[in-house]
Amino acid sequence: MDYHILREIADSWVLLALTLFFIGCIGWALRPGSRAIHDDASTMVFRNEKAPAQPAAHEAAHGTAPAVARDAGCDRGCPDCACNGTDIPKDMPK
Amino acid sequence: MLDYVKLIVLGLVALLAAIAANYARDLAYMVHAIIIMLVSGGLFLWVLRGIDEDRFVPDPKAYMDGVVRYGVIATTFWGVVGFLVGVFIACQLAFPVLNFDWAEGYANFGRLRPLHTSAVIFAFGGNALLCTSFYVVQRTSAARLWGGNLAWFVFWGYNLFIVLAATGYLLGATQSKEYAEPEWYVDIWLTIVWVAYLAVFLGTIIKRKEPHIYVANWFYLAFIVTIAMLHIVNNLSLPVSIFGSHSVQVFAGVQDAMTQWWYGHNAVGFFLTAGFLGMMYYFVPKQAERPVYSYKLSIIHFWALIFLYIWAGPHHLHYTALPDWAATLGMVFSVILWMPSWGGMINGLMTLSGAWDKLRTDPVIRMMVVSIGFYGMSTFEGPMMSIRAVNSLSHYTDWTIGHVHSGALGWNGMITFGALYFLTPRLWNRERLYSLSAVSWHFWLATIGIVLYAASMWVTGIMEGLMWREVDANGFLVNSFADTVAAKFPMYVVRALGGGLYLTGGLIMAWNLWMTVRRAPAKAETAALANA
Repeated sequence: MDYHILREIADSWVLLALTLFFIGCIGWALRPGSRAIHDDASTMVFRNEKAPAQPAAHEAAHGTAPAVARDAGCDRGCPDCACNGTDIPKDMPK
Repeated sequence: MLDYVKLIVLGLVALLAAIAANYARDLAYMVHAIIIMLVSGGLFLWVLRGIDEDRFVPDPKAYMDGVVRYGVIATTFWGVVGFLVGVFIACQLAFPVLNFDWAEGYANFGRLRPLHTSAVIFAFGGNALLCTSFYVVQRTSAARLWGGNLAWFVFWGYNLFIVLAATGYLLGATQSKEYAEPEWYVDIWLTIVWVAYLAVFLGTIIKRKEPHIYVANWFYLAFIVTIAMLHIVNNLSLPVSIFGSHSVQVFAGVQDAMTQWWYGHNAVGFFLTAGFLGMMYYFVPKQAERPVYSYKLSIIHFWALIFLYIWAGPHHLHYTALPDWAATLGMVFSVILWMPSWGGMINGLMTLSGAWDKLRTDPVIRMMVVSIGFYGMSTFEGPMMSIRAVNSLSHYTDWTIGHVHSGALGWNGMITFGALYFLTPRLWNRERLYSLSAVSWHFWLATIGIVLYAASMWVTGIMEGLMWREVDANGFLVNSFADTVAAKFPMYVVRALGGGLYLTGGLIMAWNLWMTVRRAPAKAETAALANA
C-alpha cells in the first residue's frame, strides 16, 4: 500500500460519502419537529442530580413507567420522583 | 470463588514480575517490574485479608461517587505536580545551571520535559476526564455506573499507568514519540485499562433511564473510542526483548512521522478537546443553572468536530518528506475546523445569556467563561498556524509552545478548575466552597499567568523565527542558533514567572478544596453521602 490509495480515498467516493453523511447529520439535527426532543434533552442535566431514577417509587405514585410519564410527574410534584424540584419550569425564559 | 481466582492471578503476576526484575536488561524495566511486583503483592494481601469478611454492599439506588471523589483528589494532586515540573523546566531553560551535574541523566530538561507533558495532559487532564465522565454519565443517564468495581480498576489502573510512564521517563524508557513516550508494556497496560473504561462508560449509557443520550456523553464517548484507536495504531512496535524496555516501531520514515502526528493532533482533538467539551456541555449549564444555549448547535458541533479533526494531523509536517497533497489536506481541514470550534464556543458562552450577572458574583462561572474564551482563541490561532506560509515562520519556534499552553492552561486547565470547584462541595456534601475569595485569587493568578506565558512565547517565537530566516546581502544567514538562544533569555524568565503564578493558583485551589472537605459546613438536608 502506498499513499496513492489514501489519496484515492481522500479525493473520491469516500470524501463524497463522508460529506453526504455529515450533511445528513446536520439535516437530522435541524429536522422539523425535533425542538421538543431537544428541549427535553437539554434540561436533562437538571434531573436526577442526587440519585438514579427509581422506577419503583415513580410507578407507585403514578402507576406508569417513568420514561413515559416523567414530565407529567414533575408537574404534579411527585415527592419521591427523582425529578422533583430540580426540573426547569416549562415557562422559563430562554 | 472469585476471590480465589484473584489470589491466583495476583500471585502469578507478582511471581512473574519478580522473575522479570531478575532478568531485566535495563534499569527502567527493572524498576517497573519491581513496582508491578509490589502492587500485585499488596493487592494479594488485601484480597487475602478480605476473604470471609463481611463485604461492603453498595446501594444500587445510589450513584457510585467514591471513584469520582478519588478522581477529584488525583486530578488536584497531579495538577500541582505537573505545574511544578513545568515551572522547574521553564527555569531550566532560562537558567541552564539548574540542570544539576549530580542529576544528569535523570532530572535534566530532556528527561523532565516528557514528565511535565504527560503529568499535565495524561495525569491531570486524564484523571479530570475520568472522574467527570463517571460523574456526568451517571447523572445524565439516571443510572449507577455499570460494572461494579470495574470503575475502581479503571481509576487505579490508569494511575498505575501514569506512575509507570513517569518513572520510565526519568530512567530513560521512551519510544521518542511526542505525547506517546511510554514503552511497549506500559502501552499494553493502558490498552487493557482503556477497554475497561469503555465498557464502564458504554455499559452505563446502555442501561440509562433517560431516553436521549446527552450531548456531553457523545463527546466523552468519541474521546474514549478515538483515543483507543489512536493509541493502538501509533504504538505498534516490536519489543527488542521481553525483558527489556526497548522496542522498534513497525512504521518507518515518513510513514512513522505521519502516524505519529495523526496520533498527536488527534490526541489534542479528542483527548484535550472532545473530552473537555463533554465537561463544558455539562458543567457550564449546571453552574449557570440554564440549559445549553442551542442543543441543535451542540449536535452539529459534535459531528463537525468528529468529521474534521481526524484529517488535521499532516499540518505538523509542512516542508517535510510528506507529499504536498497530504500536507495541504491537513491544512485545509485545519482551517475548516475553525468554524465548528467557534460554533461550540458561541454555544458555551451564550448558555449564559440571561444570566450574565453571574459573572460578577460567581468566580467559578468566570473561570468557565474564560476557559471557553481561551478555547476560542486557541482554535483560531491553531488553524492560522497550520497555514503553510505562517507555519514556515512559526514551526520549531516557541510560538508553538505558546499556542499549546494557551489551549492547555487556558481551556483545559480552567474548565477543569471550574469542574473541580463544582464537584467538591457536591461530592463531599458541603453547603458551599470554603472560600470564594480564594477562587477569585486563583482565577486572577491563573489568568495573569497565562497572559504572561502566551505573550512572552509570541514575542520570543516570532523573534527567533525571524532571526532564523534573516540573510545578508550575499545570502548568508545572519544569526547563529546560539544568538537566538541568548536573545530569548528575558522572555524565558517572563514565561517562568507566568508559570509560577499559574502554579500558585493551583496550590490555592488545592488548599481551598481541602478546606472545603474539612471545614465547610455540611449540607443542611439529611441526605446521606452517596455510598461508593
